[in-house]
Amino acid sequence: MTATTHKTPAQTFLFILIALFLLSFLVIPVAKVFYVAFIDVHSGSLTLINFVDFFNTSLFRESFFNSLYVASMAVVMATCIALPLAYFTTRFEFKGGVIIQSLGFVPLIMPPFVGAVAMQLLFGENGSINLMLDEYFGFTIPFMDGLNGVIFVQSIHYFPFILINLSVSLNNIDRSMEESAQNLGSSGMRLFRRIVFPLAMPGYVAGASLVFLKVFDDLGTPLLLNVNNMLAPQAYLRISSIGIDDPMGYVIAVILVIFSLFAMWVASLALKGKEYSTAQKGGGGLAKRRMRRWEMIVAYSIVILILLAVLSPHLGLTLLSFGTIWSYSVLPDGFTPEHYVSIFSETPEFMVNTLIYASMAATIDIILGTAIAYLVLRSKIRFRHWIDYVAMASLAVPGLVLGIGYLRTFLGMSIPFGDQSLATWWVMLVIALSIRRLPYALRACTSALQQVSRSLEEASENLGANKSRTIYRIVLPLMSGGILAGFVTSFATAAVELSTTIMLVSSESDAPLSYGIYVYMQSAAGRGPGAALGMVAVVIVALGTYLSHRIIEKSRQQRSLENNHNQDLS
Amino acid sequence: MTLSTSQSVSITLKNIELSFGNTQVIKNVSLQIEKGEFFAFLGPSGCGKSTLLRLIAGFEQCQRGEVFLGDQEVSRLPPWKRDVGMVFQNYALWPHMTIRKNVSFGLEERKLPRSEIERRTNEALELVGLQDYAERRPNQLSGGQQQRVALARTIVIEPKVLLLDEPLSNLDAKLRIHMRQELLELQRKLSLTTIFVTHDQEEANTTADRIAVLKDGVVQQIGAPMELYDKPDNLFVAQFLGSANVLKGKVRQHGAEAIFDDGAGLQISLHSNAASGSKSLVLRPQNITLCNPDEAADLSGVILIREFLGIIVRYEIQVAQQRLIVDEVYGLGRTPAQVSETVGLKIDSGHIILMD
Repeated sequence: MTATTHKTPAQTFLFILIALFLLSFLVIPVAKVFYVAFIDVHSGSLTLINFVDFFNTSLFRESFFNSLYVASMAVVMATCIALPLAYFTTRFEFKGGVIIQSLGFVPLIMPPFVGAVAMQLLFGENGSINLMLDEYFGFTIPFMDGLNGVIFVQSIHYFPFILINLSVSLNNIDRSMEESAQNLGSSGMRLFRRIVFPLAMPGYVAGASLVFLKVFDDLGTPLLLNVNNMLAPQAYLRISSIGIDDPMGYVIAVILVIFSLFAMWVASLALKGKEYSTAQKGGGGLAKRRMRRWEMIVAYSIVILILLAVLSPHLGLTLLSFGTIWSYSVLPDGFTPEHYVSIFSETPEFMVNTLIYASMAATIDIILGTAIAYLVLRSKIRFRHWIDYVAMASLAVPGLVLGIGYLRTFLGMSIPFGDQSLATWWVMLVIALSIRRLPYALRACTSALQQVSRSLEEASENLGANKSRTIYRIVLPLMSGGILAGFVTSFATAAVELSTTIMLVSSESDAPLSYGIYVYMQSAAGRGPGAALGMVAVVIVALGTYLSHRIIEKSRQQRSLENNHNQDLS
Repeated sequence: MTLSTSQSVSITLKNIELSFGNTQVIKNVSLQIEKGEFFAFLGPSGCGKSTLLRLIAGFEQCQRGEVFLGDQEVSRLPPWKRDVGMVFQNYALWPHMTIRKNVSFGLEERKLPRSEIERRTNEALELVGLQDYAERRPNQLSGGQQQRVALARTIVIEPKVLLLDEPLSNLDAKLRIHMRQELLELQRKLSLTTIFVTHDQEEANTTADRIAVLKDGVVQQIGAPMELYDKPDNLFVAQFLGSANVLKGKVRQHGAEAIFDDGAGLQISLHSNAASGSKSLVLRPQNITLCNPDEAADLSGVILIREFLGIIVRYEIQVAQQRLIVDEVYGLGRTPAQVSETVGLKIDSGHIILMD
């Protein structure tokens, strides 16, 4: 709106720096991947032959359909888990509703690949559950059989995306929506179908497409479960075994990106113009009904069953990390702190590297995030929205694809003052991690800046502070909560990122936690220490998540106080 | 009180034009505000009054024209170099700073010695009666107190002029009148050139020495409040300042006198030698009185609506094809007329305003 035309070379300079960074480390690597996928290896001309080859190979066809199947089934399973939890806690007076809602977040603090092996030990063919089933009932259930295992692990890990979105949608439906429908003569299923369902739908679709995207792109879980006939593992195996020139890995990467874009498009379509927040002041949520006795029993049984399943990876991982030997038995043979001792004494570099990489990546993220948010919201630079779009576009780039892109782009270059390849230099891993986490940090910074009223800055300028003084004294202090929350989230999630890491790590001494877990989990003997490392990862993410929630909550409370100025006579 | 005010200056706008994209928001505005004057920009929302204020503060840049503070042209200066004090509609107090920090901010940015910052901050807080609240945060203060902090924060830098952007709109009705008087007192005490933006004609009338009425980015009229009321230049001004009956019709000569005729059965004798032709006739509700229909009434009509407003009773009366509003002071021992009663109307012809 404002027509301020004071020339600000500092802003332009910043803009160019950010644009160059995004170009070098996001746009060019991804473009390379696409380029290679569409180029004939021999003649170097543009072609679709690689895609034809891809679909003519039965293994790839199988992998493609397996990935689609697994992602869709994971959505279905995740819905089965999330729907009852969301429904019971939002529609009924349900004791422990808060606990359920918070337990729903628990899976998010563990990257799926970490829990995968533990799940194998609990639910696998010779896992605790099936051993018991076999002993008492004489049958077993193939929970973890091949693709089933991937679906099972993924749905337990990602159902919170549906639960959160659905609960928010349900809670945002104002009581008056329901009451006015009742007032006009609607009730029961009809009311649910015509009012509640349509109002909650956008949230569900958004959550579901997110689950689809995550599962479709995930590399770590299938790898650890030794399921290789899916797209992401195929891409990884082609690149790592056949080599960087094999076009099939790139074709898969392109397919992954296209499906990610598609899922994001569906989500945005669902939400477009439908972010009904109908909750009025003081209203809030649908009317909650008291349950009858039998309803209560059924509801609690379902909820407890679900929660047991949800908590099982954590339980399994804990057992595994403290267990001595755990094989063909319901519980480990004995318990020992040995694994923790060994990871801290033998391979502390995994943890040290993680702390260094994740904090560096998170620092880059909040600097970029704050700068981009400021340029987009406060400057008049011509193409400022483009850096925002590009930064957010990295959401659609699976970690695996970014990793392949980096290898392709930077392998030939060597690091400054050395012989090592740039692609496998640890600094590139940090940059890759920061690119991967940038959208989240950027969103946090953007919303923090949006909450700083423009007039607070104008008041400062009016009283004699120039732009940079105003940023320093007003904007940054007011944004600090959001920036800190962004840092913590970026840090926690970067600490457990695997799919980019696995592509770019060249030596164990440079490797972070997630890579360490992956390496340990390859061998039966390494499972104990691997699980111990996994627990460390869980603690890091849990602490990070908790902290960022606290920070956000605190700044929100402060804000609500601000808006709450009494207008009494003074 | 030692806050010096000698630095106060006049404000001159010359041929200001400003567009946002293709929408022209300010159209060739020129005006002169005297040193020490309390001046109001009055107009409906979207008329450009706030934009004009922001332009003087430096938050907007005009595509054409010049802004002078005293003799100095400031059109191209950034906000922080203008020494213009502005109080924002939402006060814009910084929530992360105490009241004292809010007030001393401008002085700190001017890099004054610490002792002087402290002295002047205390003076400003005292001036608005908030010395006991210095260590609190903005969110611990009431709306009226926040308003005073915003004022203190602005006048402490001893600005050349003071700009107030709808400063009373966030307060409740009772407090608004109180703060209005406080503001006026303060302005008089400091004799600070002040522009006050408002959409409320009562606010403008009660505070301003002069008012500029704006509509669609164009200045409609500038003048003292009563001047605008009595001699509006156009229908918009007439209707925006107080209620008015507006009738459209023709003036024709009838013997020695001129008669206004709306062409649908309503005729008013003008008792003056107005020129013939198509005219609009503006008549304030209080310049019509009710009487018995059989008395020597100028017009007669039927009462449609009666509203009791406290001091006055307002009637809406059907006269021929027109509806006229008539205000009568309540409590003269007369029983008010009833709805659907037929009444006579006497018109105070000295207060008839005719426009082309």
